[in-house]
Amino acid sequence: MTEAAVTMAPAFDEDARPKLPRYARLHFDKARDRWVLLVPERVMVPDETAVEILQLCDGERTLAEIIDGLAEKYAAPRDEIAVDVAEMLSDLAGKGFLIDNREDNTP
Amino acid sequence: MTDSVVEEIPADTLSLLDGTEEARYGDFGIPAAVLAEMTHRCPLQCPYCSNPVELERAGDELTTEEWKRVMTELADLGVLQFHFSGGEPMVRKDLPELVRHAREVGLYTNLITSAVMMTEEKVKELADAGLDHVQISFQGAEGTAADLIAGFKGGHEKKLAAAKMVRDAGLPLTVNAVMHRQNLDQLPEIIEMAVAIGAARLEVANVQYYGWALKNRAALMPTVEQLDATTRIVEDARERLKGTLVIDYVIPDYYAERPKRCMGGWGRQFFNISPAGKVLPCHAAETITDLEFDSVKGNKSIEWIWQNSDAFQKYRGTGWMPEPCKSCDFREVDWGGCRCQAYALTGDAGNTDPACSLSPMHDKIFKLAETEAVTDDRDFKYRNYANARTFTAAE
Repeated sequence: MTEAAVTMAPAFDEDARPKLPRYARLHFDKARDRWVLLVPERVMVPDETAVEILQLCDGERTLAEIIDGLAEKYAAPRDEIAVDVAEMLSDLAGKGFLIDNREDNTP
Repeated sequence: MTDSVVEEIPADTLSLLDGTEEARYGDFGIPAAVLAEMTHRCPLQCPYCSNPVELERAGDELTTEEWKRVMTELADLGVLQFHFSGGEPMVRKDLPELVRHAREVGLYTNLITSAVMMTEEKVKELADAGLDHVQISFQGAEGTAADLIAGFKGGHEKKLAAAKMVRDAGLPLTVNAVMHRQNLDQLPEIIEMAVAIGAARLEVANVQYYGWALKNRAALMPTVEQLDATTRIVEDARERLKGTLVIDYVIPDYYAERPKRCMGGWGRQFFNISPAGKVLPCHAAETITDLEFDSVKGNKSIEWIWQNSDAFQKYRGTGWMPEPCKSCDFREVDWGGCRCQAYALTGDAGNTDPACSLSPMHDKIFKLAETEAVTDDRDFKYRNYANARTFTAAE
């Protein structure tokens, strides 16, 4: 079974407005000079790219806008960026550490 | 742009965030999470309480200002998460004020509570102060057994109500279930209860036998059959509830061949602070009565105490180890097991943890446990100040 490829996470569509829930906090750890994501009983360690994406997840920007911005900044193909961003965000959403701030978000 | 990665690390086993496995576990940089016993006062009387038998008094507790200073100092050192524990932390009237301060200095706040003092108003006060996460202890899956174990009538119903208040306030919830012979048979129902009340995490922790639990061992020690069943139940539930409930499982070491990697190794990844401000390598460290612990009330910084104090240095690393630990291939895996257990069962904290099958004491001690497990002793010596006096006087 190709279990690794199957994600149980709710995939965000490009109209979603991703944001961290109140109990997941992006925090700059001065002592270790890096960003961490603080969640219940865990510390998550995002790499530079993940930090940049998470900083854009303010509940205002849509996923489409986030991807557009990154594609422009890195002068990279939009499709590639979209896959990368969606993968990271749905992984976090599956763990309950990212939510969709869209007003009409009734499943 | 490269693939982005978010790596997940349990806060209580994290000391450094340098990336490599070696750096993370091989050094003793300041721990990412610190457990603070705000008070030893508690309305519950659980016979396996992790507090020392000699409970600290209300009059000795750190003041509001002292706790604030401690939190600021911890945050400056690089501590990221602060666990408000006890006793029952909600006994402290200044809890919301302390939560607010913790948030102001950037700490992630976790409340570890019996929840029997929770009200709608208090949940709101704590949530407004910025509380991040709540952990509620449950003693069983239904009131009759649970209230008897906690020594608190009506407690179980209060906890269920409190769990709902916590979830309604939008706070994430962890259920903490301490397991032993008199409630292990309720584990499947406890798992269902955790899901029903909206917990995202469940900690299934088998009793560890020192302090109060050691005094109650004959009434608590599970049978081998119970433990085998427990492991199967946990594994099955983990698979079945993937995406709904994360289950952390603390295995009992009495029937194991290898000792637990206690506290991630003495003085390597963890410390806690007692109500009076003592800085301890583990919650049970005071059971080792020949150690002296520095306090945040003294003139030493917390960083100095962590790095240099005698109590932390004494069993840190491998230099203190006797044989068979000294030449054992696992000496940097389990770090010799648990010092408190070695002290409780052999009288010397510098001995090999008898949970290890290589300990010369292993067979004798664990045969005794097996014998106790099949007795019909069900009487608890409850954890309260009166019994604390009795036990302390006797020792």
